[in-house]
Amino acid sequence: MTLLTIDHLEKHYGGVHAVAGVSFSVASGERVALIGPNGAGKTTCFNMIGGQIRPDAGRVLLGGEDITGAPPRALFRKGVGRTFQIATTFGSMTVRENVQLALLSHARRALRFLGEATDAAAEEARALLAAVGLETQATRPCDQLAYGDVKRLELAMALANAPRLLLMDEPTAGMAPRERHELMALVSDISAQRDLSVLFTEHDMDVVFGHADRIVVLDRGRLVAQGSQEEVRVDPEVKRIYLGESA
Amino acid sequence: MTFADLLAQLVNGLANASTLFLLASGLSLIFGVTRVVNFAHGSLYMIGTYGAIWLAEHLGGSGLGFWSAVLMAACGVALLGALMELAVLKRIYGAPELFQLLATFAVVLVVKDVALMVWGPEDILGPRAPGLTGAVELAGQSIPEYDVLLIALGPLVLLALKLLLERTRWGVLIRAATEDREMVGALGVNQVWLFTSVFALGSGLAGLAGALQMPREPASLGLDLIAITDAFVVVVVGGLGSLGGAFLAALLIGIVKALCFALGTVELFGFTLNFSKLTLVVEFVLMALTLALRPWGFAGRPLRGLREAPGAIEHVRTPARRFWVIATAIAALLALLPAVADDYALVLATDCAIFALFAASLHFLMGPGGLTSFGHAAYFGVGAYAAGLLAKQAGASMLLALVAAPFAAAAFALVFGWFCVRLTGVYLAMLTLAFAQIVWSVAWQWDDVTGGSNGLVGVWPAPWAADKTHFYWLTIALCAGAIALLWRVMHAPFGYSLRAGRDANLRADAIGIDVKRVQWIAFPAAGAAAGLAGALYVYSKGSLAPDVMAISRSVDGLVMVLLGGVQTLTGPIVGAVLFTWLQDEILRRTEYWRLILGLAILGLVLLFPRGVVGSLRRVLRGGEA
Repeated sequence: MTLLTIDHLEKHYGGVHAVAGVSFSVASGERVALIGPNGAGKTTCFNMIGGQIRPDAGRVLLGGEDITGAPPRALFRKGVGRTFQIATTFGSMTVRENVQLALLSHARRALRFLGEATDAAAEEARALLAAVGLETQATRPCDQLAYGDVKRLELAMALANAPRLLLMDEPTAGMAPRERHELMALVSDISAQRDLSVLFTEHDMDVVFGHADRIVVLDRGRLVAQGSQEEVRVDPEVKRIYLGESA
Repeated sequence: MTFADLLAQLVNGLANASTLFLLASGLSLIFGVTRVVNFAHGSLYMIGTYGAIWLAEHLGGSGLGFWSAVLMAACGVALLGALMELAVLKRIYGAPELFQLLATFAVVLVVKDVALMVWGPEDILGPRAPGLTGAVELAGQSIPEYDVLLIALGPLVLLALKLLLERTRWGVLIRAATEDREMVGALGVNQVWLFTSVFALGSGLAGLAGALQMPREPASLGLDLIAITDAFVVVVVGGLGSLGGAFLAALLIGIVKALCFALGTVELFGFTLNFSKLTLVVEFVLMALTLALRPWGFAGRPLRGLREAPGAIEHVRTPARRFWVIATAIAALLALLPAVADDYALVLATDCAIFALFAASLHFLMGPGGLTSFGHAAYFGVGAYAAGLLAKQAGASMLLALVAAPFAAAAFALVFGWFCVRLTGVYLAMLTLAFAQIVWSVAWQWDDVTGGSNGLVGVWPAPWAADKTHFYWLTIALCAGAIALLWRVMHAPFGYSLRAGRDANLRADAIGIDVKRVQWIAFPAAGAAAGLAGALYVYSKGSLAPDVMAISRSVDGLVMVLLGGVQTLTGPIVGAVLFTWLQDEILRRTEYWRLILGLAILGLVLLFPRGVVGSLRRVLRGGEA
């Protein structure tokens, strides 16, 4: 069943077509990688889906509902989790407090004036931290974490609203090769357990071919290929883009 | 209004615009390169005026004497600025931005008292410029020759600065540093001298502006804050870092003020509008309008924030249960104070409690919210006036006034906050300043209701609280209660959401937190607390005047919060008590309390660049990072 539909998205900057009529879809529980060389329009496309950039034309549908241009906080309410290329967490809080706040927000209790935030949703927070392997670090200030753990914490926060769709922008950027596969294996497991769809952009082809069910390839703002790993691997257009004209 | 009146005012306005531009361009240059909001810029201007008058007297009344005095004053102030940069700011560029701000506040205090020592409290009239005392005829109106010179000088200085910035290597470095200071450092430019030289240039411009005003405006000790607020307005309206924008803004403000003077009193639809009364407020209205419509001024661009070094954020830790036990014990001990203290000490302790609440309310915005307010006195003042007016005009009881005042302050904070949260950083701080000055000038001008500059007198506590001890108990109970409430909210989900918006805006948004809304709600919460403090203040003094919400009160609040440490819970309380007590203690011994306080703050800033409480905690933990 289709969860996310990208329908003819377009974005121009002056005369440059950063994204020119891109359409594809993501099924429930499917892990889709959005790839392409630098300047292909991945990030622009991704940020239009995630609500950071408003498209000039086209629509984004989540479970049939039009979410085009909805800000990130609205997407969170609709069951979309989000991680960033440069992982950001709340540096002045502990690891557990970060997750607790995400849980409080999901329960629409983040604006309450009374009650201790640190007492909230303790059990759920513990479970989420266990799911990403951070339970032993729960009480550490999160600006003391190793970068790989910051990525995990961000993932735990993105899962706090029990999302249907996870948007991950360059999830493994800045990580060592082993860490990359550990993180993506974790994402794959969680995706399988929770029937969670994942759409991610990625530069590392090992990660893409190791963890994506399907691959969407962009070049110069256009969709040039999409399909299974095998289909994309043999696609002549994709070869040309990545390996040059002579290939 | 005749055309001739208008012309006369217009010429005067344009002449003012020139000096305003000189002043503002210096501030803009310094901010652009060093990212220091130099509150002492107005003090440098003031020294320029005093210094030029003093020099002109000693150099004799010739034209040569006059102009040498102007030039020497400007150069002297440039040296002073460089000295200030070398002695103070250079040592704390690595400290959080707010600490640099605190250091410049301290310089304001020191300079004011040094000026008082050297030149005395009386206003000093400057000489007129020899050879330029006449007037030129224009449309039947005499235009002072000196004004014509000033009007010509503005564009000339703009041109000179433009050439300097665009045609010299030094200028290229200044522009590059304004764009991206880390990159310039990475390219191997000696930033130390770049910063010092820019400080000298910017200060010199302030000094020149002050010196040029010598025939037009007497030197007085109030010039520093007037000049700095005017300069802020021009720089913000024009766009931070844009000289052309600052020039336009200075012209606009000069012209609009001139129009207000020229219009005078006008009958409009049966109402009598006195436009000349608007001159105090018009520039701030202009600034508020500009920021609401064009958040980065005429020609400004969104600022590239400085890349925060990791670990630069101090943590407000959740207090252990023990903390609340200790806090309650301290409050209980304070209640016993009347048993050992005399009336004088009780009044001082009452003041301390009131300002502790004021500082805690400002800290609520600045600490967890990261929202620096330069105009927090507005809410203190609105609370004070609400209580005073209810008591005097409506005959309300003290209890009713104390209940209503926080609501009145919260209502103002709700409106001001709505505009402010659309901005960030320095722009937000400037908009809070604009709103505070608007409220202040309304209180100052609206004689019929607020009593104008005389204020309201005879606002005394109800009989049951009239006794000093009883009033002290009431104050302690209300202030401690309100502070405890603020602290609870900080540790409730709301406080965490507020911090989330400060720590990582994007991430907060991605977990469903509407950061702007959270910040907006924080304004009335903090405003109400400040309003309560203001109301208590009125009843403790028995009277109030517009200076309860003058810019100096906002600055006092900032000093209290920063002195204690902005990222600690108890810091602002310690800062407020320390500040209030020190001020009283020093005042009893010498009239130069500002000098002592300023030097003390400078010493503290250089010794403890994280605030007193923050640094002490660090020392107690054995230098843990």
